[in-house]
Amino acid sequence: MQAYSDKVMEHFKNPRNIGEIEEPDGIGEVGNPVCGDMMKFTIKVADNRIKDVKYLTFGCGAAIAVSSIVSEMAIGKTLEEARQITNKQVAEELGGLPGNKMHCSNLGADALHKAIEDYINKKK
Amino acid sequence: MKMTIINMDNMAGSHLDEKVIASMEPYFSFHYGNPSSSHDLGIATGKALNEAREKVAGLISADADDIIFTSSATESNNLALKGLAMAGRKKGNHIVTSATEHFSILNPLKTLQKEGFTVTILPVDNYGLIDPIALDKAINDHTILVSIQTANPEIGTIQTIDELAAIAIERGVPFHTDATAAAGWMPIDVKKTKISLLTLAGDQLNGPRGSAALYVKAGHRLQPLLEGGIQERGLRSGTENVPAIVGFGEAAHLAQQSIHERVKKMASVRDNLKESFFSEIPYLHINGHPEKRLPNNLNISVQFVEGEALLMRLNMAGIYVSSGSSCTSQALKASHVLTAIGVPPELAQGSLLFTLGVGNSLEEVPYVTAELSKAAELLRNMSPLYQQFKKGE
Repeated sequence: MQAYSDKVMEHFKNPRNIGEIEEPDGIGEVGNPVCGDMMKFTIKVADNRIKDVKYLTFGCGAAIAVSSIVSEMAIGKTLEEARQITNKQVAEELGGLPGNKMHCSNLGADALHKAIEDYINKKK
Repeated sequence: MKMTIINMDNMAGSHLDEKVIASMEPYFSFHYGNPSSSHDLGIATGKALNEAREKVAGLISADADDIIFTSSATESNNLALKGLAMAGRKKGNHIVTSATEHFSILNPLKTLQKEGFTVTILPVDNYGLIDPIALDKAINDHTILVSIQTANPEIGTIQTIDELAAIAIERGVPFHTDATAAAGWMPIDVKKTKISLLTLAGDQLNGPRGSAALYVKAGHRLQPLLEGGIQERGLRSGTENVPAIVGFGEAAHLAQQSIHERVKKMASVRDNLKESFFSEIPYLHINGHPEKRLPNNLNISVQFVEGEALLMRLNMAGIYVSSGSSCTSQALKASHVLTAIGVPPELAQGSLLFTLGVGNSLEEVPYVTAELSKAAELLRNMSPLYQQFKKGE
């Protein structure tokens, strides 16, 4: 089996920002248990910036590391900046992901974008 | 501090017995002759080959002449299926197997389907057992082979192989069984059970990789996969891998001698592990049959979490196991065995497979339980499925 990068292992061992924000401004959910990975992101927004991100993740080592690093990448960014984060950037930030994990486990940016959309829709 | 290492993934790899290593060593150095040679160098290795054949035959109560050495259980299974199908083509084109067979059975059968054979894949019940009546019904006038594993490597379920073999044989159909996971872990007697062909491998008995065999009862014609010289009665051409075969023979001999103690010891460690898990950790499920299973096999699902993440957490604690989750498979699909016995996808994703070996002991049980408990708790706390479940409570 292809080994994970040191960065993936570091985030897997010590995942940051685990949990669910109470009364969140936006919620984004992706995946399902059938495919093996599922993520729920909750965000808090103030002054057009992401103040806080928390997530719950059911999934493999890659899915957990992806969730963790996405939360770190997003906090403090403006909504526009956060929407620019791509799954490809997430993988690069983690020092790469095994090829077969690129599509199924690398859903963190999608979940974040959904949470932002949810926030924008709610505001309308 | 010395790091704890507990291998509970012995099916994937188990260390060689020291006696096996010692038996092999001379055949790398002094006795390097080719068993086909007529001079003394060849005679010495030829003798070793025959002794190994006797020992492997002894483990399954077969005649030594009916043992064909191959390179792997995969090769033995391919030879059994393709060899018998191609040689028996004029007699019929129908083959019966089961849904929980190893891929080295299911994939060759897919190839045979493209060659014009028809295949019936029998379903199994929630424990992984085949209904003998369903087998009887599946056999027709065109059936040339039935292939059903003795025991499943993933869930450990032991088939009623005597009964299933008898049904096929009474209908005049050869019966092959993949006994790779079973050989050395339960008594096997090919004469009593009337099995026609049987696959077994050395690396499942603390023997070397690259050593396996196919038992072919006299009177069954096979077309070889590899054509060349007349080694192994022409059924497996190529100069024999003598050191591996000698090691396989020794491993089979040791397994036969100690089978009762091994089975007893492994079942005791396995039962203890299972009881410890179920008393310490909530929301666990057992996969496979509660009793009719290999003594070294435990397969559980840890609800609300995914298997690879559990496996990685246990790995950090020096505990090595396996999982049937999508993420641990190259094909990214949950185990076909768990799917066949009706395990829901979410639970299949959270499956963990413990295959014990002679090196495992009761002393390891508390540590493994504590580490699994910690891993399950940590991953459940971040699982959306678990949080959802808790809210619903």
